[in-house]
Amino acid sequence: MAIVINGTNYPLPDDPRVSLLDFLRERLGLTGTKLGCNQGGCGACTVILDGTRVLSCLTLAVQADGRDVLTIEGLASDQSGLHPLQQAFIDHDGLQCGYCTPGQICSAVAMIGELRRGDPSYVTADLVEGPKGGLRQEIRERMSGNLCRCGAHNGIVAAIEQMLNGEAP
Amino acid sequence: MSKLQNAIVGGVRTAMGYVPGNWLPGGTPDPLIERRVTLGTQQSRVDGPDKVRGAAHFAAEVPMEGLLYAACVHSTIPRGRITELDVAAAETAPGVALVMTHRNAPKMAVPPPIGLTNLKAAGNNILPVMQDAEIRWNGQTVAVVLAETQEQADLAASLIKVGYEAAVARTRFEKAKADARTPDSLMIEKNRLKKGDVAVALQAAARSVDAIYRTPWHNHTPIEPNAATIAWKGDRLTVHDATQMLNGTAGSLAKVFGIKESQVYVSSPFVGGGFGGKALWDHQILGAAAAKLAGRPVRIALSRASMVRLIGGRSPTEQRVALAAAADGRLKGLLHHGFSVKPPHSACDEAFTLTSRSLYASESFDVVQHTIDLDVLANTFMRAPGEAPGTFALESAMDELAHELGMDPIELRRRNVPDRNPVSGAPHSQSDVMLAYDLGAKRFGWDRRAAAPRSRREGEWLIGMGCATGSFPYARMPGMTVRITLDGSGHATVSSAAHEMGMGTATVQRQHTADRLGLPLESVTVTIGDTSLPFGSFAGGSSQTASLGAAINAASGKLAVELLRLAGNDTPLAGLRPAEIEFVNGGLRKIGEPSRYESFVSILKRAARDQISVTGVSSAPLEMLKFSMHSRSAIFCELLVSDVTGEVRVDRLVGCFDCGRILNPKTAASQFRGGMIMGIGMALTEEALFDERTGRVMSASIADYHVPAHLDVPDIDILWTDIPDPRTPMGARGIGEIGITGVAAAIANAAFNATGKRVRELPLTPDKFLFA
Repeated sequence: MAIVINGTNYPLPDDPRVSLLDFLRERLGLTGTKLGCNQGGCGACTVILDGTRVLSCLTLAVQADGRDVLTIEGLASDQSGLHPLQQAFIDHDGLQCGYCTPGQICSAVAMIGELRRGDPSYVTADLVEGPKGGLRQEIRERMSGNLCRCGAHNGIVAAIEQMLNGEAP
Repeated sequence: MSKLQNAIVGGVRTAMGYVPGNWLPGGTPDPLIERRVTLGTQQSRVDGPDKVRGAAHFAAEVPMEGLLYAACVHSTIPRGRITELDVAAAETAPGVALVMTHRNAPKMAVPPPIGLTNLKAAGNNILPVMQDAEIRWNGQTVAVVLAETQEQADLAASLIKVGYEAAVARTRFEKAKADARTPDSLMIEKNRLKKGDVAVALQAAARSVDAIYRTPWHNHTPIEPNAATIAWKGDRLTVHDATQMLNGTAGSLAKVFGIKESQVYVSSPFVGGGFGGKALWDHQILGAAAAKLAGRPVRIALSRASMVRLIGGRSPTEQRVALAAAADGRLKGLLHHGFSVKPPHSACDEAFTLTSRSLYASESFDVVQHTIDLDVLANTFMRAPGEAPGTFALESAMDELAHELGMDPIELRRRNVPDRNPVSGAPHSQSDVMLAYDLGAKRFGWDRRAAAPRSRREGEWLIGMGCATGSFPYARMPGMTVRITLDGSGHATVSSAAHEMGMGTATVQRQHTADRLGLPLESVTVTIGDTSLPFGSFAGGSSQTASLGAAINAASGKLAVELLRLAGNDTPLAGLRPAEIEFVNGGLRKIGEPSRYESFVSILKRAARDQISVTGVSSAPLEMLKFSMHSRSAIFCELLVSDVTGEVRVDRLVGCFDCGRILNPKTAASQFRGGMIMGIGMALTEEALFDERTGRVMSASIADYHVPAHLDVPDIDILWTDIPDPRTPMGARGIGEIGITGVAAAIANAAFNATGKRVRELPLTPDKFLFA
């Protein structure tokens, strides 16, 4: 009975009501994952569960039993370094207050996988041919679950686009 | 605000009219306008690495031993009394440490209100907090539960039973208009403006328009909820808050709890979005009171539902704008009247008529606004208070007038832009809105616009273009204080209780300090974000950059004096007065005589000093009273409106800004875009739904209040005139709020161009195009 978070095993919480979000923030002190709305509306709490992005506020910690959770703290290969997408966010000023940022970045990392797999979206023009990876509209549609109130949208999309057109994350 | 204030401001303005401009602050243009090294260059945020790693810590993330979690219970009636309060089940629920109601809450004073004259106050909702059984708005907190975990607190809160005796409440805007009040002043301006006779002008006009425009309640909706982590140590209070008013919050809390300001420490190094919504509301007071009763630290992080009950929003407005024009488009009369909600317990004007007093020359003016008293949570400032809804009405009306005249909307504005303030006659410090229009129109491709509505169609989509002017006044706050500490290695640390909520405060002031002191960027550190630092005014009114800029400039002057004193006689600088020297290359040198130079390191070393410290204060902003100081923008929009569903899709936005010098193009472009994106939300989707029968906000979640998502936001082109304002620190004016202004009008005007339907009520939801 353990959750693997950024490569480390943690025992499950005693209270089954505890969301994965509260488990990370309040029990483990991993506050890089943000609480925005606590109801799946804003995406600030996005983490990567077995390679797929999930809203940690709508995921009970016990549901992550035996599974791999990757949070913003575990994204870079070493602790002081930055994941290339984190660097791209800085370069394109894809952030202002920084509160939605960890969720945007986690969401984008997993989303790039979905695009590369060819998962179509609402804006995919040709479902047989699949999505065109670098198209801004594809990025926008797929990132629409991550709200930003400061209005860093253009920079976020530019950072993800650069990531898609450059090296694989 | 009062007649007395009008008299004082009016008197100072009159006096300022006689004072030569070069006697005032900024009388001589800031030398940094010409001598820029890092200012004006693209710089990434200094806190970027922490933010992208999730390592920037926010208010609800401060760890504390023995922390209790709070949950609130809110009233479900707008007015009346609590008659029954059963907390037994909650008190015995697992993990519960305290249930606080009016029966056991400590005695607390009413918080002092935010005011332009009292920067040590940050109160928004000026009512007693949990002191009696009275209910004053629908959503008032009637109980606070503290428990060992948030889950336990939330469950226990749901077990509390409250009974009420309802009283008659005023909750209907239309009905309350009959009892509207007419305040004497708005912000620092007189409310009522009458010049000439607009009624006569309207009758005699070659062309005129006269219409009512409406905007709804808006919520700030920051992604970080309002939250605080609070602890008492004896009678000393520590609040880790999400606030854009550090010293105001500390001052207000001191008054509420009857302690000294020095006994309150407020920290807020990072704020997850503010937009006006993060000052002092009931939750910090309730959290502190509960922590006091429980004898343990408390975290009170508001749920989205609690946020709409406890954090006020932007008032709705109903505005009448009437314009009378001669055949050549020149304005003969400008009328702007209207109503907004501002109960007596609110501190904040929604001054939507201010723009109409300065933007256009008109032969006659008739401008006044009224406030409506409802039994609701106090309204508050939200990004560009006044100007955001005000420019929607005025700039829609200008578009309507251009259509009536058969004139290009930009040309109409060109014919009416004044060369000085059209009401007071005060000269502009700097203003060139038409250059913004020219640059923006070129980038946007305005010449491709078809003047006749409904001229372009692609399939189901009608395509239109529109433009509008944005506007926001310059402000600099007095009292903003910084300390500059220069150490023996020549490193400068600037500190102030200033705020970072995404503007890039530390990033830009580091550039400023580097240029001011002749240092490389690496030799400057900026420390902000808590009340142990020198006094900070608020992050509001787009004033923080100018206020900090003035304080740093003042401190640099003192630093020069102090360094000259330390340098003594055994220096190439010997005998020089401060006015004869300049900061350059990590030291001081005589202006015009480069050989007379000594470095900071050398001066401190010879004086055997590890460091020296000086403080500087932003002086009284008299320039605001002598000059007419406004930033303006030209906003362009191209959009699609579905002829089938009425859906509006913004395809392109261009904003060209006349805001003085731009200090950091990278962060500035982001702030402009951010404001414009909030403008997209205001135009198309944002509306806090208010049940007029019960006074209850219905859109009590982020799913019910629609802010723009990625797919709603197109690429946004940002340009600026970059003309320095000779009257301001660094030649810059504030840029945080102007971005939202004018955008809703530009979008509505483009929608008219696309469809031929003029929608005068925000937001522009599909029904308004289908059934209008």
